[in-house]
Amino acid sequence: MEKIIEIKDIGLCYQSEDSEVSALKNISFDVYKGEFVSIIGPSGCGKSTLLSIIAGLLKPSRGSVDILTERGLKDVGYMLQSDSLFPWRSIRSNCCLGLEITASKTKENLEYTDSLLKNYGLWEFRNSYPSELSGGMRQRAALIRTLAVNPQVLLLDEPFSALDYQTRLAVNDDIFKIIKNERKTAVMVSHDISEAVSMSDRVIVLSKRPGRVKSICTIDFGKNRGTPLECRDRSEFKDYFNSIWRDIDVHV
Amino acid sequence: MCMYDISPERESYLENKKKEGRRERLCRICFLAVFLLLWEISARLYIVDPFIVSSPARIVGTIVSLACSGELFYHTMVTTLEALAGFFLGTFFGVLIATLLWWENFLNKVAEPYLVILNALPKIALGPVFIVWLGSGPFSIIMIALTVSIVVSILEVLSGFMQTDRGMIKLVKSFGGSKKDILFKVVFPANIKNIFSSLKINMGMSWVGVVVGEFLISKAGLGYLIVYGSQVFKLDLVMASVVILAFVAAVMYLFIEWSNRLLKKKSRHF
Repeated sequence: MEKIIEIKDIGLCYQSEDSEVSALKNISFDVYKGEFVSIIGPSGCGKSTLLSIIAGLLKPSRGSVDILTERGLKDVGYMLQSDSLFPWRSIRSNCCLGLEITASKTKENLEYTDSLLKNYGLWEFRNSYPSELSGGMRQRAALIRTLAVNPQVLLLDEPFSALDYQTRLAVNDDIFKIIKNERKTAVMVSHDISEAVSMSDRVIVLSKRPGRVKSICTIDFGKNRGTPLECRDRSEFKDYFNSIWRDIDVHV
Repeated sequence: MCMYDISPERESYLENKKKEGRRERLCRICFLAVFLLLWEISARLYIVDPFIVSSPARIVGTIVSLACSGELFYHTMVTTLEALAGFFLGTFFGVLIATLLWWENFLNKVAEPYLVILNALPKIALGPVFIVWLGSGPFSIIMIALTVSIVVSILEVLSGFMQTDRGMIKLVKSFGGSKKDILFKVVFPANIKNIFSSLKINMGMSWVGVVVGEFLISKAGLGYLIVYGSQVFKLDLVMASVVILAFVAAVMYLFIEWSNRLLKKKSRHF
């Protein structure tokens, strides 16, 4: 398989007023093309920080991240915890934000964005405003905004944490389908073990702060894995769940 | 929704609401009428001295005679133009400086104690300084109005800028956006409401600055009429000027309210 992200020995220390905080230590792993990788760990272990480093928004104190695609960092799309849709822009205009910023609002790219809106059921809402959409549709719009600049890799930072449980299950399937359809590689940060197991090919468990790679669990539901919701029904599901649960340091 | 579907409960609710509104308006008018009537009667019967407290009829008379001599228009115009100039300059430079301070956080840190002191200082105290520097004319008055309104404006707008949604800023950064992108695509549009609310404060501040400036300079304007009237004990003139001032200020406030509503209608999703 073709390697697409290479993370080599990343460490991050940040300085606060009273002390030096070591957030991440000795993190190394690779991500392969078309893979869905989840990063999971106790809260405060630095998983979102790790994602910011991969996205190039934050410089690590040591180590390096290599994006092995033609366009490098430009091939990385980032999806945040909240959908962060701009309330003053229509859905279509929100989806074009990335194109505007990267100065690539060409006819071709706009057509691609429109085709995404059409394929994923937001075309009739293209002139609506975010406040008029449901949480799930907003999340879909946020994903289309990320996809519009046609990145190879998607970084998802707890993208479902703002949704209620039922919506969340549905949106899991929804987003998963879109990512697979568009043949994107994805790295998702989550604190929800079931979510990670049901969506991923591999789950990377981080230890508590300073975050290190504690274990990597390969999830294999076979060739016809089906949707994340279907995966939750498989007999292997609880075994994967339990083995990850044992690895996470949970402190109540 | 269909007009014919209104339930009896809804009908009585709407009816009550209408009645309530009518009662409010009636009470407002009655209060004013009773106040004016009592004032007029007690002045006529010399219960209070009309020489000192004036009376509604005398105020109206004064306004009419001011209008006939053309003075009403002249002094109102002077004051209004000065207030508008102070308002626009204060708003423009307020937003500009707030933007600069947002852009350069270091500058913001350096300026912080000065802004705090300037905010606490009664800016009117600088009036005489401006008169010495800029002469006793409209420039000094506009300058006073500007100083009174600009500091609040800076602080108000800047605090809005600083509270702009972190997620939206991070999003723009994740697309490789520059600080300029963040400013124009996120910070400005996200703060239109906030800038508008600072306009209302600015307008009020600008009136204060202008009237005080006219007190000090005493050449023209409604502030001048007030000071002049009190010095020659023509309380009719003082009261008439205050009434005109209240009227003009109210018109200006309503104008801002109206344009704010227009903006809201145009962008109801902000």
